[in-house]
Amino acid sequence: MLKTFPIGGVHPPENKITADAAIEFLPVPSSVVIPVTQHIGAPAAIMVNKGDYVRTGQKIAESKGFVSSNIHSSVSGKVNKTDLVTDTSGYKQPAVFIDVEGDEWVETIDRSNEIITEVKLSGEEIIKKCLESGIVGLGGATFPSHVKLTVPSGKKCDVLIINGVECEPYLTSDHRLMLEKGEEVLIGVTILMKALNVNKALVGIENNKTDAINHLTKLAPIFPGITVHALKVKYPQGAEKQLIKALINREVPSGRLPLDVGTVVHNVGTAYAVYEAVQKNKPLFERVVTITGKSLSKPGNYFVRIGTPVRCLIEAAGGMPEDTGKIVNGGPLMGKAINNTDVPVVKGTSGVILFPKEESQRMEISRCIRCAKCIDACALNLEPYLLMTLSERGLFERAEHERITDCMECGACSYICPAGRPLLDYIRLGKTSVMKMVRERNMK
Amino acid sequence: MSNILNVSPSPHAHGKETTRKLMFGVVVALLPALFTSIFYFGYGAMIVTATSVVSCLTFEYLIQRFIFRKPVTITDGSALVTGMLLAFNVPSNLPVFIIIIGSFVSIAIAKMTFGGLGNNPFNPALVGRVFMLISFPVQMTTWPVPAGFSTGYADAVTGATPLAIIKEGLKNGEPLSQLVTQIPTPSQMFLGNMGGSMGEVAAVALLIGFAFLLIKKIITWHIPVSIIGSILIFTLILWLLNPEKNADPMFHILAGGVLLGAIFMATDYVTSPMNPASMIIYGCGIGVLTVIIRVWGAYPEGVSFAILIMNAFVPLMNAYIKPKRFGEEIKNG
Repeated sequence: MLKTFPIGGVHPPENKITADAAIEFLPVPSSVVIPVTQHIGAPAAIMVNKGDYVRTGQKIAESKGFVSSNIHSSVSGKVNKTDLVTDTSGYKQPAVFIDVEGDEWVETIDRSNEIITEVKLSGEEIIKKCLESGIVGLGGATFPSHVKLTVPSGKKCDVLIINGVECEPYLTSDHRLMLEKGEEVLIGVTILMKALNVNKALVGIENNKTDAINHLTKLAPIFPGITVHALKVKYPQGAEKQLIKALINREVPSGRLPLDVGTVVHNVGTAYAVYEAVQKNKPLFERVVTITGKSLSKPGNYFVRIGTPVRCLIEAAGGMPEDTGKIVNGGPLMGKAINNTDVPVVKGTSGVILFPKEESQRMEISRCIRCAKCIDACALNLEPYLLMTLSERGLFERAEHERITDCMECGACSYICPAGRPLLDYIRLGKTSVMKMVRERNMK
Repeated sequence: MSNILNVSPSPHAHGKETTRKLMFGVVVALLPALFTSIFYFGYGAMIVTATSVVSCLTFEYLIQRFIFRKPVTITDGSALVTGMLLAFNVPSNLPVFIIIIGSFVSIAIAKMTFGGLGNNPFNPALVGRVFMLISFPVQMTTWPVPAGFSTGYADAVTGATPLAIIKEGLKNGEPLSQLVTQIPTPSQMFLGNMGGSMGEVAAVALLIGFAFLLIKKIITWHIPVSIIGSILIFTLILWLLNPEKNADPMFHILAGGVLLGAIFMATDYVTSPMNPASMIIYGCGIGVLTVIIRVWGAYPEGVSFAILIMNAFVPLMNAYIKPKRFGEEIKNG
């Protein structure tokens, strides 16, 4: 029996169209737009002015505060302007616009293909390097990695968990990375282990990626302490708390962090970025992005410079199909729909999916028939039907009591609902209102 | 750019499960029982089912169209399921006008007065059945014996159900060992060769339907298993205490409406609880009440009453019995 998390979950069609497409380099675009907020936490402060010449890998915005991250230029060229840009969320935020001239890298970056196994830096130096290089969680949440690596006094971490689950349908960027850069990923894991001062790391991969599981299992014996574990395919297994439960059977208490149960979770993409930062001195200005969709002529996986407009990715994949009805940044269950193709690829962009028109519409909403499928699907054992009703009627105290703030917005309830009810939409509304209510109460 | 892009919050995928698919799944699961009842009760079974289904659909249509003045949703399959279940719960020679009255009570009173699908507290088909049982006790307890197509609709040969034979016999002080000779053997009961409501007789057909519902994930095991399990345990205790006065557990499961009730009536989405713990309490409540009514009550059969009584507790259970949330308490290995 393969390991998995015990409560809830759904199994959407996998649609991993690009699973066999090797990662290619997307050509550097003619201009890039680099937002200052590509992470959770305070926006970075822009350090460059209009007309400045910047090189690839040069820091252009500085981290502000502990929970924040540095931003580096992904290209070389002249800063055209610093202005607002509409990002994936639909909000406007400051960004650096750069017109590309050639591709001149900062000379400290090691651009050779040589794989460096030996880790020279100490734990503290590694954490500093992550902060300097702008490393954030590449699974999608984009939480600054140096924060996760800094274990506060009084807390203990005894095992590192590496997330290679990629439970979202369509996406294959982590899959390809594990397959093609397996060694680098595992060196990255070793570096993370050193930073956290743990001697055990578990890599969890869902069983629909047997080639990646086999590849890493074969490599793992060279790296002491790292083991690879196949997991049953079930969404949302990539959720931090679900993955911890599946792999080491510890349950992170509501409202607490994995560190409270002695573990930290990092994504395989992050492990690769950490390898590049620590061993090759390369800041995070490039990542693997899956561009996919049933109607695309050449879906694939690409190394993409941060700030590249989504438009360029779609062009590389054969152009936008006639029947496109929706473009999603991220996975189909948790990704965000974007309203134009000029939106830049950022650190958290794991994939871009083009849905045909017939799949871009929601189904008609009908009555709740109390089938309880939403309760069955919820990995946190919440009652989505009830949370929706409470939010709809503005009964936020009751919603708080029913633990609406535990919801991680995985969307399994809306996905499964036979009446097509927008459960998650209302739960989000309720969650925001409850959190506001709690903040106001705490201020008193 | 020529395309107009849709923008909506996540999730952007849907499981393709719909209310209609679920309801028609139940209809498919009911087909084996429909075929066996046509096999045993011939024309009667066909006339009763057709009347009940057509009148349920008609009443729902008329109410939605002319009283609610809202879009008509009779194609969602819920009224079809109610119609079939209502037919399954009555004798196969029931006069047509009684079936129409029963359908009216089911749809108009038990379902639509509460606002329609999703809002009714009591199982519509059972409300209809109990209404008919109380209003037309003679017609509702005159059971044709299985005769296939050899007899017509109105002139079917009738007899008592095994449950009634045992109940009457025990009341008159006859020993159980003698009564057993008057009822069908367990294997006959398993195949459905006995008097009773048209859809409840064939255990084998109902179990095939149960397997289908489970495989298709239309229902979970909790409610049916806890009903059948609690009846088995309760009647086993009674039987062990006094085998001369109490029928054996197998008889209680196979005779009467336990399987139809446990698999199809008690699992009705709208009127059953929504989390596993409540489902088990609800199921055990139905099982215990059924046995109490059968053994000590006035009626030989108690499944319908037991389910309706437990239906009344469902809102309470949904409000007060909560599943243990993930991460609710610290417990680490």
